[in-house]
Amino acid sequence: MSRLSPQNEAVAHEIISRYPWKKSALIPLLHLAQEQDGYVSDEAMVHLGELVDVSPAEVLGTCSFYEMFKREPVGRYLVNICTNISCQLLGGEELLHHAEHALGIKAGNTTGDGLFTIEDVECIAACTEAPCLTVNYRYFYKVEDGDFDAIVEDLRNGRQPTRKAAESGPEGQIPPHGTLALQRQHIPADRVAGNADPDRASAPVWLEQA
Amino acid sequence: MSETIDTPPKTTVSVQINGHAIEAEPGELVIEAAARAGVHIPRFCYHPRLSPVGMCRMCLVDIDAGGRGPALQPSCMVPVSEAMVVDTESDRVRKAQDGVLEFLLINHPLDCPVCDKGGECPLQDNTIAFGPAESRFVEEKRHYEKPIPISDLVLLDRERCILCDRCTRFAKEVAGDPLIHFQGRGSRTEVNTFPDAPFSSYFSGNTVQICPVGALTSSSYRFKARPWDLTEVESTCTGCSVGCSVTLQSSRNRVLRSLGVDNDAVNWGWLCDRGRFGVESVNSEERLSEPLIQGRGARWADALRHATELIADAVRASGPAAVGVIGGARLTNESAYAWAKLAKHVIGTDNVDAQLGDGLPASFVLGLPRATIAEAGAAKGTIVLLGTDPKETLGVLYLRLRHAVVEGGATLIEIGHGASGLSKLAQHRFWASPGGSLVDAARQAVSVLPSGQPITVVLGRGTVTEDPAVLAEAAMILAAAGARFLPALSRGNVMGALDMGLAPGLLPGRVALESGRPYFAQAWGAVPAATGYDSAAMLQAAADGKLSVLVLLGANPLDDFPDRDLVQRALAKASVIAVDTFANPSSAGAAVVLPAAAHGEVDGTTTNIEGRILALHQVVTPPGTARADWIIASELALRLGTDLGFESAEQIWDEIEAVASSHAGLDRAALALNSEGSVAAGVGGGGRPAVLALPEVPPAVQLPLDEASLRLVVRRKMYDGGTGTAHSQSLAALPASNALRLHPLDFQGLSVGEGELVTVVANQGSIELPAFADADVVRGTASVLGNVSGATVNHLLVASSPITDVRLEVRR
Repeated sequence: MSRLSPQNEAVAHEIISRYPWKKSALIPLLHLAQEQDGYVSDEAMVHLGELVDVSPAEVLGTCSFYEMFKREPVGRYLVNICTNISCQLLGGEELLHHAEHALGIKAGNTTGDGLFTIEDVECIAACTEAPCLTVNYRYFYKVEDGDFDAIVEDLRNGRQPTRKAAESGPEGQIPPHGTLALQRQHIPADRVAGNADPDRASAPVWLEQA
Repeated sequence: MSETIDTPPKTTVSVQINGHAIEAEPGELVIEAAARAGVHIPRFCYHPRLSPVGMCRMCLVDIDAGGRGPALQPSCMVPVSEAMVVDTESDRVRKAQDGVLEFLLINHPLDCPVCDKGGECPLQDNTIAFGPAESRFVEEKRHYEKPIPISDLVLLDRERCILCDRCTRFAKEVAGDPLIHFQGRGSRTEVNTFPDAPFSSYFSGNTVQICPVGALTSSSYRFKARPWDLTEVESTCTGCSVGCSVTLQSSRNRVLRSLGVDNDAVNWGWLCDRGRFGVESVNSEERLSEPLIQGRGARWADALRHATELIADAVRASGPAAVGVIGGARLTNESAYAWAKLAKHVIGTDNVDAQLGDGLPASFVLGLPRATIAEAGAAKGTIVLLGTDPKETLGVLYLRLRHAVVEGGATLIEIGHGASGLSKLAQHRFWASPGGSLVDAARQAVSVLPSGQPITVVLGRGTVTEDPAVLAEAAMILAAAGARFLPALSRGNVMGALDMGLAPGLLPGRVALESGRPYFAQAWGAVPAATGYDSAAMLQAAADGKLSVLVLLGANPLDDFPDRDLVQRALAKASVIAVDTFANPSSAGAAVVLPAAAHGEVDGTTTNIEGRILALHQVVTPPGTARADWIIASELALRLGTDLGFESAEQIWDEIEAVASSHAGLDRAALALNSEGSVAAGVGGGGRPAVLALPEVPPAVQLPLDEASLRLVVRRKMYDGGTGTAHSQSLAALPASNALRLHPLDFQGLSVGEGELVTVVANQGSIELPAFADADVVRGTASVLGNVSGATVNHLLVASSPITDVRLEVRR
């Protein structure tokens, strides 16, 4: 879609300033790009490369390691349905099947209105609450077909789900895909952790012995 | 520390490898120490010119460094230590090698019968020598599209890749172009580029050469031959004047491939793509294969007679100075010597110049104290770029200098007319302001030069629009500070041509005409009475009707000489005898064209920027009846009544060694002993004349810039209209078309959009070019490219003018 907006570029410079080496800021910057567009666009990767002084190929190399950086547009709501062992035993695959029918898309695809993407995922670490799913990484436990329909219905009508996501704050809000936090952290210069220049630091003892 | 030590402190490390005690260098890797002791440890990812990564696990060996007993460790990652015991043949090692190879082959398609690497493939070789006989893998292998182009020259077959990180390390560490990288790390890791951002490095061909499997292939060599069918010779690349050592490989009398050979003094195994793929031009269908008289095919005897008559008539009518020879940088040292002897002794003219008004005065270049590439690349040294951009003109020198700065901590100081390929690495940049000059910049630079450290200056004409006297004066300022020089004159064997006397006022062996006259009067007989003309003066004399025969010795002044109008007038007036491998615009109206043998078709030697003599060998025969340039010189001399006195390249070399002051002692036996090539550094004496000394350089004139004008800067790119590029199938499409680049503030003043056409007007003429803003251009200058397609810049230039100022006009 696009490069970082001027506002986000300012945020990017703030993030970069927290690190001794520019390149170290790459992962937080990829999050920033994903937050802006809902996914990490090629143009954004080129821009990030310019900001931290690495080639676009190197930015892609980092970005493509992480499953949760999306390099193609995904829906406003990314629904991950677990089909790993606990969920499978308790109906995860049936839930996925229902979701595919309800939204009219196969797992891995996005609805035509750009609202929902379904993914078939491996264990998301809520085996005691199987079958489970996440919407933009907010958990819903012991989900039945009707629960899924209700969540979709609410989100489609611009409401936050009636059934609140677990551990998602009192409002149970589900922000658009890519949103890392509702409040951006700003660290004043005098409170930045001591990022000493690694080139000037003395070598660790174990390295000197080698 | 005051006690006397009886035995000197031990400077080596004692290691035992496969039961043999050896002494290794401190810090040496086990894989290297073993190799020196004659023990080959199999490897894929390890490459001596790249940093070790321990990626492929093929070099696992049993290492016992004391303490915990022997354990498998990658020998490319472990430095030797005192009393270390290494076993490369234990059962544990064999099992590890079996396992590593079985794993690597799981994902490998085993399509060896259709793979270019077959027969020279480390994966094949190591599997046969160290691998298991069978694989337990019965599942379906992975499949990728085969192959995908990652650049115009390189194809990638991802199925074959074993992820050794060699190409990606090369791209980042050596070339500084990290345009390929591991993508999708995990079970589907692959090497690839960013979408729509090809691996367009000037050095991409090296990745094909160092790929240990057939994953990277060059579009040029793909499916052309099998390694066991190739004929090969060791030779030297003559694409530019760095002198990279190569292996030239041919099949069915066609040069198919040039591979870099690791010459520690010069190229470290690397080549630039222009050199690597430029050899294709040797096979071009457009090569001249028979002599031409007035453009019509002729017999050699007739063509030579005709050429002889032209020369003899001119000499008879107006003396030997009526004949001029332009060019010679394409020639071997031997051919250059033969032509120098023909021109200066047999014909008796000193109007000889191997450079085309775009280089530096020969007597100045040869008089400078010379550095070696190794000295320039020394760690913690100081490198000064004066005017030149090695990345565009001398590719592999750029790699060596980049390595010196990035890995060796050398200090780089740049003095020039705008950004070069090394600007980002420069600690100090002194860009000449228009109206000011390189001389001022050099004075500023001297103030930051460290004292007591070796300083190497890489010196070249960054723009043909600047008077070489300015560059000479700037160089003298640095010479006074103790610097040594690498002249960045880029044409193939230009340094050899100058050494052999193909320049006005010079005789073979870096000797001035005046000081060498008595000696050469004995060695040769007659030599010219007075110093002759350089190319510019010859062309002027031809245009004025004073020089009636112009020999173009592999020269194309119409495209290369910085004054097209003058060349047109000269060629219209004089009779042209062209000796060349290809027809070119300058030889179109030639009275006689004599076809010459090219690189790979002749034996001999070439000389690089250090003055290093490097061997050239023949691997194919010339097309048609084309012959070596020295044979053509001998034939002409014979018809002019003098026997040059040699019948082979070897005999010519013997004569060079016998008469040239700079080459004394470098007989064929001495050359054969040193595969790195020997630097010719004789100074004369012992009866031979003294070589040129550091010249006196008069101060250059500084011309102010008027406010309405911009000063023209003509830059060169790696790929231009030169013969090697234009006639190589792989490279022909690569040269950029010309454009006008301006500092963003100057560009704003024009109020045009990016890429809009602007008319560049000089006193001499005008051309139209698309204009772009570029922060790498100095304010007040207008930067264009020389010798590329699109509008030809030398329409704007006047040879006699020390600068070219232009105005820009926009059509509304």
